[in-house]
Amino acid sequence: MPKRPIKLPDVGEGVTEAELVTWHVEIGDVVREDDVIAEVMTDKATVEIPSLFDGKIVALGGEIGEVLAIGADLVEIETDADVPSAQAAEQTRSDPPPNPKLDDPTPPVAPSRPSAAPLRPHRSEGGPALASPAVRARVREAGLELRQIPGTGPAGRITRADVDAYLSLASASSVQSTTARRTGVEEIKVIGLRRKIAERMTAANARIPHITVVEEVDVTALEDLRAKMNATRAEKPKLTLLPLISAALCRALTDHPDMNAHFDDEAGVIRRHGPVHIGIATATEAGLVVPVLRHAEALSLFDCAGEIARLSTAARTGQATREELTGSTITITSLGPLGAIATTPIINPPEVVILGINRMETRPHWDGQGFVPRLKMNLSASFDHRVIDGWNAAVFVERVKALLETPALIFVDA
Amino acid sequence: MDTQHCQLLIIGGGPGGYVCAIRAGQLGLKTILVEAAHVGGTCLNVGCIPSKALIHAANAFHAQTAPNDLGIVSENVRIDTAQTQAWKNSIVAGLTQGVSGLLKRSNVTVMTGHATILDGKTVRADTQDGPCRITCDALVVATGARPTELSDLPFGGNVISSTEALSLSTVPKTLAVVGGGYIGLEIGTAMAKLGSNVTIVEASDRVLPQYDAALTRPVTARLSALGVDLRVSTKACGLSHSGDLEIEDHGSKSDIPADYILVAVGRTPVTQGFGLENLMLTMAGPYIAVDHVCATSMRGVFAIGDVTGDPMLAHRAMAQGVIVAEHVAGLASRWDKRAVPAVCFTDPELVVVGDLPSDDMATAVFPFAANGRALTMERTDGFVRAVYDPATEAITGLQAVGMGASELSGEFAVAIEMCATLRDVSDTIHAHPTLGEAVQEVAHLGLGHALHI
Repeated sequence: MPKRPIKLPDVGEGVTEAELVTWHVEIGDVVREDDVIAEVMTDKATVEIPSLFDGKIVALGGEIGEVLAIGADLVEIETDADVPSAQAAEQTRSDPPPNPKLDDPTPPVAPSRPSAAPLRPHRSEGGPALASPAVRARVREAGLELRQIPGTGPAGRITRADVDAYLSLASASSVQSTTARRTGVEEIKVIGLRRKIAERMTAANARIPHITVVEEVDVTALEDLRAKMNATRAEKPKLTLLPLISAALCRALTDHPDMNAHFDDEAGVIRRHGPVHIGIATATEAGLVVPVLRHAEALSLFDCAGEIARLSTAARTGQATREELTGSTITITSLGPLGAIATTPIINPPEVVILGINRMETRPHWDGQGFVPRLKMNLSASFDHRVIDGWNAAVFVERVKALLETPALIFVDA
Repeated sequence: MDTQHCQLLIIGGGPGGYVCAIRAGQLGLKTILVEAAHVGGTCLNVGCIPSKALIHAANAFHAQTAPNDLGIVSENVRIDTAQTQAWKNSIVAGLTQGVSGLLKRSNVTVMTGHATILDGKTVRADTQDGPCRITCDALVVATGARPTELSDLPFGGNVISSTEALSLSTVPKTLAVVGGGYIGLEIGTAMAKLGSNVTIVEASDRVLPQYDAALTRPVTARLSALGVDLRVSTKACGLSHSGDLEIEDHGSKSDIPADYILVAVGRTPVTQGFGLENLMLTMAGPYIAVDHVCATSMRGVFAIGDVTGDPMLAHRAMAQGVIVAEHVAGLASRWDKRAVPAVCFTDPELVVVGDLPSDDMATAVFPFAANGRALTMERTDGFVRAVYDPATEAITGLQAVGMGASELSGEFAVAIEMCATLRDVSDTIHAHPTLGEAVQEVAHLGLGHALHI
């Protein structure tokens, strides 16, 4: 059967490369047309790549975490399917050498990353664990099962050294409950979303001089309002604090258009945006993602609540679309009950402001005569100090504070 | 009644039982082996060894009588089959004595007599000196198998099993063999070489039906060259009035002249007549069900060898015997073999280790016609075949058919147990000129760079 490559397709406008985050197939798997073979990640969207033909996977184009260029060979597939369309016709290439072998002494030049065929295919999931009889005996005597032990030999064969390594690892981990010294370093590959976050944080923190303003806000009235609205909401979504903060933010931004802006520092241009697209920093299992509440300025409180709930679910289940994850003009970050007294949020570039919401709690308040209990909450807002002066930052935070302390101001035109 | 106690009691002194006993003795277990006849079992007494002796004699005789290109001319060659039998019996006697010596050296007590299981820990042995009651901590059933009898052709008269066929004092003028398995083919071929007119009757559409047609084709070609009348898809119906074999071929019945009729249609496990049914063990069909340490469903009762089913091979029984002895001695042994080699001493010989070709696997085949050693032995029929995982190139099966191919079984088994890849075999120097070079070549071939084809 002829072998054909399936190339990494164009997965988004302007995207030139994508990171392999999941393989859905292994070498030897038989796939049908449209079966998902891999997931790749670009910017913040994860895209599933389907197979173009029925056939058998004979080589994978890289390891998890590897960045592949658009058009690079994603997999090689043994298929007798006729190449259906012109687009797929482009997929064919001249016949591969008759017997491309793994241990070929003169492999094709691949300077920076592994070639299309992995050099050392490991045993497949559920496949037999390979080991010589002497190694098997050692494993038996140690009371282990072969399949517990990763094999590093040819064809995934378990070597004597693999067993020794496994045993020393096991004995190292078994002493962790005592006070004995621990040894060893666990290496965790930074891939996928984590790598993306790392890159963006590095860039933001290195390029942007941050100024962070922390202010205390009395949210007793705001919380009263929220409780009343929730008590009469009927079928409407439950109102959390976020829609109210987003409404206050939109209101404040009408007077401070310089805060709802992107700073293109390479072009030397500040773009003030009309719409308020609020990025909502959301913790997911994989890491931080920022779904975007679009046109927050035009949403009612309950619509806003519904949209935020939908976005956060989509983000947590990994189903947020690329559109839902890009295009924010300002970002809110909240750690909820863990929100701390103050934080120093990192700006989500090219934005210029990020608003951090800290923990709400009852604190003593001096009303001139005595201490009274009030619900208080801090705001920690970071600004791009290259384009926003400290004075302006303080005025903006003060404005948000005023709106939140007297929520009627959010909704009346004064 | 005399009473004895031991840690390990083995019923049956065949290859499984005696190896289990020797290993147990080595490990310091107090071991008793009860054997009704001679130690060595079917294998040494009426199986592997006598048949190989007969095949050797037949080959030696045939080499003298068959026309050849070597310039050797022999006249008036004849065979004294009584002497052949005596020679064969001396080999058997030597080996069984050897086994007895090995058992003695390992401090195993051998009792000759019929054993009866009273319960899972108690056996009565009826020896010449009277009955003996033996209690044990662990019991091993190693009672083997016997030739399967056909209801239409019960053993007796000129209907014989392999046991009698290997002890015939004359070469029958005509021999009908019922069953195209390895036993029927081995004996039938030997008899043909000794001058008998042999007909082999097989019910399925080819001989050795458990193997693929490519593997058995050189064997059928040789059978026909030797003048053996091979009747496949043919049913043996019974004895005709004249004592010949009546067969049915596509609905039409006919007789095959036969001085003797060898029935070799398989082997039946020996599970009756010694109280095994008292234990109510879980069975797997006619066989005793065992786990990875050959333990049966009753605690402390083990079974090894042919009573545990296919493949019914001496070396499998031996390996099981070692595992049981070591397990009872407290060692961490268990059945985790990747392959049980199987050899048919047909002409040409056939050896099968591991996986046969399948759709998931890749295959490489190297013919002996391209092997120098095979050419010098005038036998270029057959080939070596490797079955391997195309993704990892791990070898999962090795087969060969060819003269002398049986001796390749060791390399095949080592390669598969060691989980060798094509590259491992390809990079191993194989001596020239030997048949084994074909094994290295088949690995080269799989890697795409065969040197001699």
